[in-house]
Amino acid sequence: MRLLTHNLLSSHVRGVGPRGFPLRLQATEVRINPVEFNPDFIVRMIPKVEWAALLEAADNLHLIEVPKEPIQGYEHNEEFLRKMHHVLLEVEVLEGTLQCPESGRVFPISRGIPNMLLSDEETET
Amino acid sequence: MPRVLAATSFLFKGIRASPLRSRIVMNSNHQSNYKLSKTEKKLLRKQIKARHTLLRHEGIETVSYATQSLIVANGGLGNQVSRNQLLPVLEKCGSVDALLMPPNKPYSCVRYKTVEESKKAYDTLNGKEIVDDLGQKIILYLNFVEKAQWKELGLQALPPGLKVIEEIISSEDEKMLLESVNWTEDTDNQNFQKSLKHRRVKHFGYEFHYENNNVDRDKPLPGGLPDVCESILEKWLKEGFIKHKPDQLTINQYEPGHGIPAHIDTHSAFEDEIVSLSLGSEIVMDFKHPDGMTVPVMLPCRSLLVMTGESRYLWTHGITPRKFDTVQASKGHKSGIITSDVEDLTLNKRGIRTSFTFRKVRQTPCNCSYPLVCDSQMKETPASFPESDKEALQLEQDYVHRVYEEIARHFSSTRHTPWPHIVEFLKALPSGSLVADIGCGNGKYLGINKELYMIGCDHSQNLVDICRERQYQAFVCDALAVPIRSGSCDACISIAVIHHFATVERRVAALQELVRLLRPGGKALIYVWAMEQEYNKKKSKYLRENRTNQGRKEEISNDTSVQELLVKQLPNVGNQDSAHSVSSINDFQDGGCNSRNVANSKLPIHTNRTSFHSQDLLVPWHFKGTPGKDKRVEPFGPLGSCDPGPVFHRYYHVFCEGELEAACRTLSNISILQSYYDQGNWCVILQKV
Repeated sequence: MRLLTHNLLSSHVRGVGPRGFPLRLQATEVRINPVEFNPDFIVRMIPKVEWAALLEAADNLHLIEVPKEPIQGYEHNEEFLRKMHHVLLEVEVLEGTLQCPESGRVFPISRGIPNMLLSDEETET
Repeated sequence: MPRVLAATSFLFKGIRASPLRSRIVMNSNHQSNYKLSKTEKKLLRKQIKARHTLLRHEGIETVSYATQSLIVANGGLGNQVSRNQLLPVLEKCGSVDALLMPPNKPYSCVRYKTVEESKKAYDTLNGKEIVDDLGQKIILYLNFVEKAQWKELGLQALPPGLKVIEEIISSEDEKMLLESVNWTEDTDNQNFQKSLKHRRVKHFGYEFHYENNNVDRDKPLPGGLPDVCESILEKWLKEGFIKHKPDQLTINQYEPGHGIPAHIDTHSAFEDEIVSLSLGSEIVMDFKHPDGMTVPVMLPCRSLLVMTGESRYLWTHGITPRKFDTVQASKGHKSGIITSDVEDLTLNKRGIRTSFTFRKVRQTPCNCSYPLVCDSQMKETPASFPESDKEALQLEQDYVHRVYEEIARHFSSTRHTPWPHIVEFLKALPSGSLVADIGCGNGKYLGINKELYMIGCDHSQNLVDICRERQYQAFVCDALAVPIRSGSCDACISIAVIHHFATVERRVAALQELVRLLRPGGKALIYVWAMEQEYNKKKSKYLRENRTNQGRKEEISNDTSVQELLVKQLPNVGNQDSAHSVSSINDFQDGGCNSRNVANSKLPIHTNRTSFHSQDLLVPWHFKGTPGKDKRVEPFGPLGSCDPGPVFHRYYHVFCEGELEAACRTLSNISILQSYYDQGNWCVILQKV
């Protein structure tokens, strides 16, 4: 699971609503997976990112050099875009957990796959 | 998860020496230098091939420099080479530190005390011919490896409720019992005897009917159990080895190479305790849990196997038809689990084993705690049109989720061509769009447009595993509760998913969930299967592909009872017979499937590649395992020709014209951009406003 994917995930335990975001990320195994750098793609992703959630996740993984916020004129700042490219697309969590900040429910990540299935009681029907 | 594969020799196909080829090799030693170098070239080629095979199939990396350890290709238990044949050959080159022989593998791994000794083995044994346990010639190919190691499968325990009591009878009693069985006598009416394809069998007390895997309670056989058994059973009862007095006996005789398919003794036919006395020769019996765990258990000569509780009701047991068993090499080990200690495994040649299986016929329906594999309890819950949300959930669980989990690999192998209109939709999205594929299956749409950021999800872990193998971003979830933050997606696709929900409320809820993920202005593309498979006088692709033998399919769909379906949906319990028998052999030879009289499903079973006659139905999936890819291993080769493979049924609600559109219109915050028919599917593109 990439951090960009994590940035989209939210807990869906019954009654949690928007307070189920962001999921608390803990990792026991992380892999750096080189991905071809596409500056235009990253430029388009920046406005879609929930920055606070990204910073928290990056912090939990002890990643350094994560920009604290989008800087002015980032569209043309290759250094910034490369850093973001690395954080969003190249860092893969293989083993770990995601925890709902509201209910405390823990979801496992195994072989890079988050299992977000809930029991019948936990879902809203 | 520990698993034991059937013996494989396919890995090194072509390396096994034919007598002719080995003669050429020997002769060439006395011929010209040119011929000699040709032989050497051939040897080198074979050695390199073995190296590639090891890497590709087993992930074993060989090295080109000398080390202490060697992989010996073709010198494995899976190749009928036993420890006591290989070890002396290896020891001639030096002192062997360890010889690892993993079960069912066509190679082994040897570690010498020094690199010099290992180098000597490499030089002298490469291309060496040895004779295997069947008397066939085999050529060894050796390659250096960094480390001699084998991934341990972990400690295993006997299945709960299972016991093996050694030396329960004396050798004299064994001889007496074996002599009491007269396999040649004429048994017109009495003591039903039959020579089955894979063994000989004889019944006492009650006849066991292989047609329905049950006994006729009202028709006990005259004579009851043989007198010689009576006193032995009394003794076992008195000493507490068994709790109930059996009234039915089945005697099976297995020659080397014989076996019995994995099965659970029919719940409704027999009481909890089932015991089996092994005579004449020892054998390894495989116990399998529905989760896929296999526990091989050694049943020594004169031992009694006692199956109660979980081991009797939930685990299947069977004997793989083969001439050799992989067993513990250490002298002290007799009964129980064959562990995966690769330093202590060898082959054991089978002898003729006769088993006396004693059971007590059940007079009342079974009320065990394993309803999913219990024929008594399954009759009460046939697949029917759901009356409530809870029933819908159960139906989807049994007839959608569980089935996809089971058929994932096979299903995926049939889903490779993306549908053109869906590709068109994805290609038309602006670069940098965030797109979610809800119900992504094997992920065939996740890589269509590299300019998008696509994430996929599916209820089936096995399908999501396939997505990950393809390097896609995917997770496991339910389409009614998608863990993606609201309003974050530029687009969503839902291809062939909504038709698996069993009530109109749930179908609308699934659509609502898709819309929730979209940002305002975001688009969703939805495909569902259409009731109308002929539209504008044109037959759909689904109907046009009806080329298969209709007769066979009809027979299967009509005769396959719900009871069997449920059994088949359980991983690995899904053998053709759920009872003590080789019914699959008999039934398919007789040209028909089991025709058990159980309550018919209220949901009709569809005949593949024909028009639909009902909107809610079960669609058969004819399972074919792909060798080496599926965890399911079919050890009964001879059955393959007449065995159509297990049939799984998936629940569908096929949509009528206008139905999908109407369901979308119940949502308040959308507008329908497009509604169309595409190859037997109803499709909608909607936009969030």
